[in-house]
Amino acid sequence: MSGHCGPAATRTVTGTNRLALVGSPNSGKSTLFNALTGLRTKTGNYPGVTVARYEGTARVGEHEVVIEDLPGTYSLDPISPDEQVVADVLDPDNPELGTPDAILVTIDATTLRRSLGLLAQVMQTGLPLCVVLTFRDELTRRGGTLDVAALRRALGVPVIGVTSGSRNDLAQLQSMLLDPAAWERPVLPPPTDPSQRRAWVESLLRSAAYEVPEADHRTRRIDAVLLHPLWGTLVFFATMFAFFQIIFTVAAPLQDAVQSVFDWLGTLVTDYVSNPLLAGFLGNALIGGVGGVVVFLPQIALLFLMISVLEGSGYLSRAAFLMDRIMAKAGLEGRAFVALLSSLACAIPGIMATRSLPSAKDRFATMMAAPLMTCSARLTVYVLLTGLLVGPGTTVGPFGAQGVVMFALYLLGAVSAMATAWVFKRFSSRSGPVLPFYMEMPSYRMPRPRTVAEAMWSACKGFLQKVGRIILLVTVALWLLLSLPTHSDAQLRSAGVNPADRTAVSAYEVNHSYAAGIGHAMEPVFEPLGFDWRINVGVLGSLSAREVFVATLGQVAAAQNPDQPAKTLAHMTYTDGPHQGQKLFTPATTAALLVFFLYALQCMSTIGVMRRETGSWRWPAVAFGYMFVLAWTMAFLTHTVVGLLA
Amino acid sequence: MLSVQVGERQKADASVPAVPAPDARLADLRPGTSGRVTAIDEAVEPSTARRLFDLGFAPGAEVTVLRKAPLGDPVVFQVAEYEVALRRVQAAGIHVRRMA
Repeated sequence: MSGHCGPAATRTVTGTNRLALVGSPNSGKSTLFNALTGLRTKTGNYPGVTVARYEGTARVGEHEVVIEDLPGTYSLDPISPDEQVVADVLDPDNPELGTPDAILVTIDATTLRRSLGLLAQVMQTGLPLCVVLTFRDELTRRGGTLDVAALRRALGVPVIGVTSGSRNDLAQLQSMLLDPAAWERPVLPPPTDPSQRRAWVESLLRSAAYEVPEADHRTRRIDAVLLHPLWGTLVFFATMFAFFQIIFTVAAPLQDAVQSVFDWLGTLVTDYVSNPLLAGFLGNALIGGVGGVVVFLPQIALLFLMISVLEGSGYLSRAAFLMDRIMAKAGLEGRAFVALLSSLACAIPGIMATRSLPSAKDRFATMMAAPLMTCSARLTVYVLLTGLLVGPGTTVGPFGAQGVVMFALYLLGAVSAMATAWVFKRFSSRSGPVLPFYMEMPSYRMPRPRTVAEAMWSACKGFLQKVGRIILLVTVALWLLLSLPTHSDAQLRSAGVNPADRTAVSAYEVNHSYAAGIGHAMEPVFEPLGFDWRINVGVLGSLSAREVFVATLGQVAAAQNPDQPAKTLAHMTYTDGPHQGQKLFTPATTAALLVFFLYALQCMSTIGVMRRETGSWRWPAVAFGYMFVLAWTMAFLTHTVVGLLA
Repeated sequence: MLSVQVGERQKADASVPAVPAPDARLADLRPGTSGRVTAIDEAVEPSTARRLFDLGFAPGAEVTVLRKAPLGDPVVFQVAEYEVALRRVQAAGIHVRRMA
């Protein structure tokens, strides 16, 4: 496991202290990590969010301290791969990972009794440690009390209370980071025997005058509704449904704004660039292709805004709680729900989140299922195709038809993922112990705007980087394939095309390009689904990243009719073959294409991360194979059924 | 293994229908009632038993059943001043003494 956990933690500069952050999930560990290092990692209210290993550098005056954010854990007796990482890092006898110089243990003041058990285990490592007490404000709100100075005396280690957002508390902690060797050490390590340890915890709580906080009445009142058998279920579905309606209604005007910027850039190219090849490159490859993808930035931002708010508020744990029984039907458990839900953003964090699954069988089953969840890259393809399938004004009852179609696609993806997990669980070997399911239900908290903003920012940044690198590269390559070879006027005339008619020339050149050759070569496979060579080229290009499909169609449309690329797509017709002259994006073909993208593993990054997480090419090969077969079959069925209905 | 024990327990319950036996499994407690943990069942895997202990289900700890999920499973418990959801299978491995 440890070999896959990001950058190796080594002492780069002699004299630079390396500190490890240890704490249970939800103890405010990642928030503290962000505050200390400024390095952005996702933080939230959901237990088990930090599964990858994060390292950052905290600047204290002129010095630097390396801080490693270890996965959240309830115990140093590991039962999952990510807990194993914690135990290994803190084990001085484990030479592979390098023992930290000191440990910061975050402890949620409202769950002190449980957290002291973990602290006892960490203290047994004998490393210098400092307790960072979080959520004291919440303890006070709920009527609990705690004498921090007395706790410090009783423990014999430094204890520092931090309130999130307080610079004073943070400065006090930062000043300590430079010299862990000087930290106070306990005279005796805590007892290891369970009953003696309980007595140790109780005596500490007494010494620290710990008044047990009242039950969180606010959380109880909210849960009475949100976890109610009837209302809770309704709220869950309403929340999920609202999710998709918002992505459309709120994003639409923002997308129009982005589109108009690119349209304006397009007119600049037409007006000022006279070289036809350069104009084609700028207008079609860059503005048509890349611009067509950047238009989806508002939707990506909104998606991550909502996931981050749900996570930060504590509702995501409730959703997992409500879904656990349904997950059990697929042989999985609540933690797999987190992985699948993360896959709504991107399959990569989803696959990485499977590290929190204790059972290897569950891990592989979830990993095979995760790429079927509708990721944000599919979103771009879905938006484009849904727009072709149903008009923006169409409604189903009070709801926009596009939102309904999107909801159905997300639902179908989720159901298919569950079915896949079930199949893989069913046909895997039955050995290995049944591991327990437990999930902390955190108090409802207001999501921190900074955390939400950071999640949105990093998602948008990642998206734009992807656009700037891989999508740009593939777009340029596709543009070359679509534009070459060039044809002389004589060749055009001999083919019956008037060289003065710009639209006709563009159409002729695209139809006789290298790309057309490749697309035609793929026809035997995709012809039954209604795809023509242009869609085939898009499908091929989308193997690098699904968004490229949108860019390709944008380019094809712009190349075939440079004056009105937006309208071209809807009215595109088959250029040859038995359906020549008929509309290409019929409901049957569009629906088949949607279904194809729903099932196909058109993402090299996902394949790469699967290889890394499983350590062999076997699982990624299995995933690619089964998903392609499923995609083709389902798309064929869809094409046939919709074709009969329409 | 567990199902056999649940069967025996149901027989025991049937013999005293009026007053519920004070000793029970955590999974048998109704929402709103509490129990004090007496032991983790010996049939529970040692690693699972250890984790339940670390989560706060230690002998002597007071546990309150807060609510069941709409489909009956899992169940939210309050233990050690926080809330945690367990599946009924896990809760059936925890012996408790009912509290008034």
